[in-house]
Amino acid sequence: MTPVLQAESVAKVYGSGQASVRAVDDVSFEIRPGEFVALVGPSGSGKTTMLAMLAGLLTPTEGSILIGGERLSQMSESRRTRFRRRSIGFAFQSNNLVPYLTARENVELMLRLNNRLNRQSKERAADLLARLGLDDRMGSYPSQLSGGQQQRVAIARALIHEPNLVLADEPTASLDTERAYQVVRTFAELIHEQQRAGIIVTHDLRMCRYVDRVISMMDGHVNRIIDDRVEIDALAAFSEESFSAQ
Amino acid sequence: MPLYLAIKEVLQNKGRFFLICLIVALITTLVLFIAALAEGLAAANKEYIENLTGELIVFQENVELSFPSSRIGRSTVNEIRRVKGVADVGQVSFASGALVFEQVSPEGVIIPTTATPQPPLDVTLVGVEPGRPGEPAVLSGASLGRSRSDGVIIDANVALRRGIQLGDMITIKTTQGTSEEFYELMVVGMADKLQFQFLPSIFIPYTTWEKVRPKANNSVETDELVSNVAVVKLADPSQWRQMALRLEEQVGKIEVVDRVTAYKASPGYAAQQSTLDTQRYFTLFIGILVIGGFFQIQTLQKVAQIGMLKAIGASNTVVVISAIAQIILVNCLGVLIGGLGSYLLQLSFPVEIPVIFTGRSVGTAIISLLLIGPISGLVSLRSLLKVEPLTALGLAQ
Ligand SMILES: Nc1ncnc2c1ncn2[C@@H]1O[C@H](COP(=O)(O)OP(=O)(O)OP(=O)(O)O)[C@@H](O)[C@H]1O
Ligand SMILES: [Mg+2]
Repeated sequence: MTPVLQAESVAKVYGSGQASVRAVDDVSFEIRPGEFVALVGPSGSGKTTMLAMLAGLLTPTEGSILIGGERLSQMSESRRTRFRRRSIGFAFQSNNLVPYLTARENVELMLRLNNRLNRQSKERAADLLARLGLDDRMGSYPSQLSGGQQQRVAIARALIHEPNLVLADEPTASLDTERAYQVVRTFAELIHEQQRAGIIVTHDLRMCRYVDRVISMMDGHVNRIIDDRVEIDALAAFSEESFSAQ
Repeated sequence: MPLYLAIKEVLQNKGRFFLICLIVALITTLVLFIAALAEGLAAANKEYIENLTGELIVFQENVELSFPSSRIGRSTVNEIRRVKGVADVGQVSFASGALVFEQVSPEGVIIPTTATPQPPLDVTLVGVEPGRPGEPAVLSGASLGRSRSDGVIIDANVALRRGIQLGDMITIKTTQGTSEEFYELMVVGMADKLQFQFLPSIFIPYTTWEKVRPKANNSVETDELVSNVAVVKLADPSQWRQMALRLEEQVGKIEVVDRVTAYKASPGYAAQQSTLDTQRYFTLFIGILVIGGFFQIQTLQKVAQIGMLKAIGASNTVVVISAIAQIILVNCLGVLIGGLGSYLLQLSFPVEIPVIFTGRSVGTAIISLLLIGPISGLVSLRSLLKVEPLTALGLAQ
């Protein structure tokens, strides 16, 4: 299977001269359809910067990124915007939803933007929200939803338009453990079912039990890639123990 | 799509947007009343001149187009009449008097002529030649030519307000030397749009006007018919520019202008109109600042949200059109509310207040009010375009 995403020796330098920061350095990886990957690492290790480059929001200083075989750097600005709209699903850490739209309208917004809103796709939106346990919250506005409910709406929005690549930057940061597990589990299920490629950025290694691969970053470099199921589960279990030991 | 976002946001924040609508409505009311007042005051000043049946007005030379100072004699008028291209010419004079609602009996007793006593009304007495330019077209009744020498045409609004009907006798009071004299005249015709320099007019045949007009002493008799101005009707009205020059050339000691130049030269007219215009434009300017400021602040408050929309793939076009559509919607709604409000308010005004809501300045005021939205929208355009989708990831540069 051809990879959905290829990052080839990507680097990002912020600023110039003395004050320059090499936030991402020589990062390469591939992700295939149906693969759910966690990007982990300490604060400041370059995870968000990497994600922004994968979404075409930030231009790499070196290297290149290909999505579906297409080179992001060769697209025009408006082409990149259209590309994000069609082929990428986004869930952010906060400020995810449009406050004046209901949960359902927020999910449908992605379809509207893509001119794909019809009876069928509306039904899919409702089904997806129901699947995420929000069947009785579809008409609620973001201000009437809890943090976890909002994150679940955001995940529905990231998936509804059937993007090739789904990116989530710490979607569980504001959630308690139980909620976080629930959100990430459903997220993983949907990625697997729909054969999308998903990347979730997280601080919380316990969430790794739901992913297929863990890419660990440190000071801008990839310092470790774990794709063995046993190793991943061991990592998650270890981090769970150290959490409960606290 | 952009309209969907614009309308959803307005509906979800009705209170906030309604307040802005109200501000637009108040600005609209203010601007409309200033415009209507400008229109009304201008009309009070120029109505009669503007609606004259002749294209050109002949003044005496070097009087700076002042109606009271100008003197045009019969011989000059005859000379004008002989100039090629002149269809007709009429002499017109102005004097002031009062329309009173009382009579003096032969014994010298003052008796009210109406059931309830009414205060006198200041009027302009306009002396015109029956059937010649200067005499207004009547709405009802007869024109002066075919009637008696004491027949007059009065302003239909005055008649309505003071309960005067066709065929009624009215009493005019003027000052003759040191005493007040009363003249009985009969209303033979009514016309509208006849105000001249803020007073309603009464049109009197020339010979009668000579007797009625106030005089310093009772005995001045001139051998020639002298008026303030002459009104010239042209065979070809489109030739008025050339005709004005030709008249000044062929007839000596006169200054010939069109109607607009004549009323614009009347004392205070230009100053008054430019004062009102300044107020109006200033109010519009304030409107643009307030509305533009509001939407600018709103844009700055929504940076995170706009960044998110851009990150998930909303184009700049969608974001900008949505914002501009909101401004225009709020603006139109405000102008509508303000316009309706002004109209209703104006209905409760007494007729004496010179506001006219149908004139051209009111029309241009509404158009300029509707432009507040789009112009204010430009204020926040830059900030809308500047929002980086990266802010959605907390990575603003
Ligand atoms: N706009 C910028 N200008 C300069 N340096 C920046 C900028 N944005 C990020 N950096 C730096 O780049 C590095 C990587 O930042 P990034 O936000 O990608 O890290 P992160 O792994 O997402 O951290 P966190 O877990 O705290 O979100 C950090 O050292 C940060 O200070
Ligand atoms: Mg980050």
